[in-house]
Amino acid sequence: MLAELTHRCPLACPYCSNPLELTARERELDAATWARVFREAAALGVLQLHLSGGEPASRRDLEGITASAAEAGLYTNLITSGVGLTERRLRALEAAGLDHVQLSLQGVNPQSADLIGGYAGGFERKMEVAQLIAAQGFPLTLNAVMHRLNLDDLPRMIEMAVELGARRIEVACVQMHGWAARNRAALMPTRAQAEGAKAEVARARAALKGRLVVDFVPPDYHSDYPKACMGGWGSTGLVVAPDGRVMPCHAAETIPGLVFQNVAEAPLADIWRGPAFSAFRGEDWMQEPCRSCDRRGLDFGGCRCQAMALAGDPAAADPVCRKAPGRGLVDALLSASEASVGGDGAGLAYRRF
Amino acid sequence: MIPKLPRGVRLHRCKVREAEVLLGPERALMLDPIAHAILSRVDGAASEAEIVADLSETFGAPVEQVRPDVSAFLADLAEKRLVNLDG
Repeated sequence: MLAELTHRCPLACPYCSNPLELTARERELDAATWARVFREAAALGVLQLHLSGGEPASRRDLEGITASAAEAGLYTNLITSGVGLTERRLRALEAAGLDHVQLSLQGVNPQSADLIGGYAGGFERKMEVAQLIAAQGFPLTLNAVMHRLNLDDLPRMIEMAVELGARRIEVACVQMHGWAARNRAALMPTRAQAEGAKAEVARARAALKGRLVVDFVPPDYHSDYPKACMGGWGSTGLVVAPDGRVMPCHAAETIPGLVFQNVAEAPLADIWRGPAFSAFRGEDWMQEPCRSCDRRGLDFGGCRCQAMALAGDPAAADPVCRKAPGRGLVDALLSASEASVGGDGAGLAYRRF
Repeated sequence: MIPKLPRGVRLHRCKVREAEVLLGPERALMLDPIAHAILSRVDGAASEAEIVADLSETFGAPVEQVRPDVSAFLADLAEKRLVNLDG
């Protein structure tokens, strides 16, 4: 379960997966409601909780929220930019029972990282926080969202993960949802970058075996088959937005007609069995070519939000798929991207309220 | 060699699934009874040889048969950074 505690964030990354319409502070769930949701989640069988946002440290009650999650028996993972964390707050989070920290990395130096993060001084602050996290002994994952502006720095990113004492790095090529969809042209990797990333990940996995786990989310437009989005709609994952609406994935609200129930009004177990989660659960909703495809149990027809965004039909095959009638749309976007100059970040729309 | 679960990795009993689970950074591994029997003996004090001997006695299986299975299982988890073997 992903708990988006707030949409407030000091950074303004143009690849943010949050929706274009952000939720204001006044509409955020309070800590007591989160505590109840965590107990309901544990009772439903949720094992892993990702405390995310926005920047979760923007909430002054993050420590108490974390404690209530640990008390509910959930494995707690803080997904943070690091900005807003101090030694004192990290100690309080440790006392609250926080299990793991996932620190985002926008770039390999202040120039590139702060251009992407849209926040001067962010990189330096992040490096200080990374030291504090290591000093306190938290298990650390670096999360590097990769795109056209930083993919050439991937080898250095991986090196930095080792230097910072991380156990894992997630090399996550940007998924075109939320603000990233708006900035697609500027962020789309080139074909050469996509191939280079695959090769670098394979090299690093072999070279750093047993030292650093390298998880890889490939750039899916460049793939032949779609990603198994959320491991299947309504199968293993749920997202609770800052205002308490519960969605099967980050981007689900881009699908017209879905109604998202709110934890303030209904128990999580009822929501899990409710209409939004049932809409694309299993295989009954599938059309051809998915319905009779031998890969339907592997990738579940891909991403519903991408089918909506590109093909205009949330029940269509994900247009990334070679077998999808909409694949031409993806190829056209790739060709246009290949032909564009780009790479300097000009024209980026930063994530702002 | 003394295997150890590093900080941030722990065993968890999931009541909903009635299953034993190994929880780690963004990982949840459902454990079969053998995997659970091994990991429940990884306490940061017992050596791999002691764990093998204990399992051999508990399940009435020869040490020569138990040892390679335990060793391969722990090595696989170490590669995933879910067990430390350098202690």
